[in-house]
Amino acid sequence: MSQPVLQKPPVVGPVYVVKDNIDTDQIIPAEYLNLVPTIPEEYEKLGSYALSGLPESIYPVRFVKEGMTKTLYPIVVTGKNFGCGSSREHAPIALGAAGVEVIVAQSYARIFFRNCIATGEVFPYETDVRLCDILKTGDIAKIDFENNTLESGGCVYALKPLGEVLPVIEAGGIFAYARKMGMIPSAKQ
Amino acid sequence: MTLTEKLLARASGRKSVSAGENIWVNVDTLLTHDVCGPGTIGVFKREFGPNAKVWDNTRVVIIPDHYIFTADSKSNRNVDILREFAREQNIIYFYDVIDSVNGQQSWKFDPSKGLLQRQYGNSYAGVCHAALPEKGHCRPGEVLVGTDSHTCMAGAFNMFATGIGNTDAGFVLGTGKILLKVPPTMRFWLEGQMQPGVMAKDVILHIIGEIGFDGATYRAMQYEGPGVASLDMDDRMTIANMAIEAGAKNGVFPFDEITKKYVDEAIRRNGTRSEYTPVELDTEQNFCYDKKIDLDKIEPTVAQHPDPGNRALAKELSHVKLDRAYIGSCTGGKTSDFLAFAKVIGKRKVKIDTYGVPATPMVVKQLQTISWEGISVWELLQSAGVIMTENASCAACLGGPQDTFGRLNKPLTCISTTNRNFPGRMGHKESRVYLASPYTVAASALTGRITDPREFL
Repeated sequence: MSQPVLQKPPVVGPVYVVKDNIDTDQIIPAEYLNLVPTIPEEYEKLGSYALSGLPESIYPVRFVKEGMTKTLYPIVVTGKNFGCGSSREHAPIALGAAGVEVIVAQSYARIFFRNCIATGEVFPYETDVRLCDILKTGDIAKIDFENNTLESGGCVYALKPLGEVLPVIEAGGIFAYARKMGMIPSAKQ
Repeated sequence: MTLTEKLLARASGRKSVSAGENIWVNVDTLLTHDVCGPGTIGVFKREFGPNAKVWDNTRVVIIPDHYIFTADSKSNRNVDILREFAREQNIIYFYDVIDSVNGQQSWKFDPSKGLLQRQYGNSYAGVCHAALPEKGHCRPGEVLVGTDSHTCMAGAFNMFATGIGNTDAGFVLGTGKILLKVPPTMRFWLEGQMQPGVMAKDVILHIIGEIGFDGATYRAMQYEGPGVASLDMDDRMTIANMAIEAGAKNGVFPFDEITKKYVDEAIRRNGTRSEYTPVELDTEQNFCYDKKIDLDKIEPTVAQHPDPGNRALAKELSHVKLDRAYIGSCTGGKTSDFLAFAKVIGKRKVKIDTYGVPATPMVVKQLQTISWEGISVWELLQSAGVIMTENASCAACLGGPQDTFGRLNKPLTCISTTNRNFPGRMGHKESRVYLASPYTVAASALTGRITDPREFL
């Protein structure tokens, strides 16, 4: 049986690599939760703080450079249990607002994964390959949505197809999906 | 079916559901607070239109509790956004920081009054997960979703309770429905009872250490067995609260007389909706994991920096020197937590900076009323050197704005009754946090190093 395919142009750019168990406090430190994601200026601001909770002793290269609002890295590569901890939607939103398009992890914490899908901010791919030990921050990678692969340094790595959440992603998030399913009226009041 | 499957089957109008199915579930109660409420309201307005009405104004519970006692203007503003929405939507269960009936229209924290003295009005409820049951919003057999990962605490009350993001919550606000995947259930069969010096926090830290802090990802954690009867509701809440610390979707307990007594009293006290139908245990249940936990054998347990699954016994960590001790939060700031803490402290003095933040105003009142040998527990703690605040809130459990009470603004080592210890969780990202029971935190506050509380009991 053929997997459904997502029609989306590839994302090419440098990767930012972090290891296992990056929790939501490291993705967006709690002190910035005073920012409301649906207020445009505060959405931008959240992006500028993305991954600012990573200890410098472990991650000396900053994800968003001082004084910038956007990151240079459209792809985040990580290990197990990415996004564990709080349910704050500010976490995928901060990454999306900073310019991240795709995350490639070995596994995700449940609510973070769900929030990626519901908001449509970032694509949460999984892979069985421990890419966070293979790739280095700054390596150039290409994400191919049609074939579910990550290509870097002449190697092609398989990503797990998005499977059952694909219809929600394709629709453009939980609201669009619910409208398509007839759960809520098709147009705003 | 398991308890979680029964709860979700009922809420989706089906005879049965099984793990892995995606189903639309009717929500009984939606909870939100000051850090995720404004964004949820933003999503609701954006998607349903500026004049849309919430699906049921009696089923939305709004409890500001996170960043309240701070001079940060955006945080103060966020409380005002909640108030405006509650007024516009006629939401009955909005537990405002101020008594706005007196004409006060906005919340502004006054730093000149200090962080210790009460700055809230009569409707303020404190930390949402502790306030929900106290205010009569936890009803067995129901589905509760909230914009906070520790919403799972209400699973103690035989409910399906889980944390969700703003977008899903905005959807629930408009429709009363949520798309959920039925989680497989892990069963923890409890036998025996906790020994002196051991608390419910030790039990859950033991279990998370056992399965790993992503060991229950996407799953339900169900507690059963003869040991459940020895746990009171506070104990069960502490255990259910930390289901998320193992990655679980929810934690759930069976219904019994202990649940009934607590729930009925809270409903009577508050006049909230009183009808409810618990779900009973089936004889046929499918589990993806089944483990016996002998409560008798559990010892004072600590989760070491940097995650809640990094388990050790308190007695093995006496070499760890501490800068600070902290008691508070939904999981560790209940009246019973402070009483246990005070029992260890007794007439002694703490040796390190020790901060106490009650979960709710009712905890403050109880600690100021309960008297031991002629002085209140509150005074006992104060005279031991514990810095107690009347301003019940989440406070430094999750760091918060720089001026938050008890926040780790330097790379300190802290032992805490809270529920998370990821890098930076309580403030400074190079600080180190150890999680432990109120007994262990108290004993450690007395010695300045991690200490098995049985040395003092």
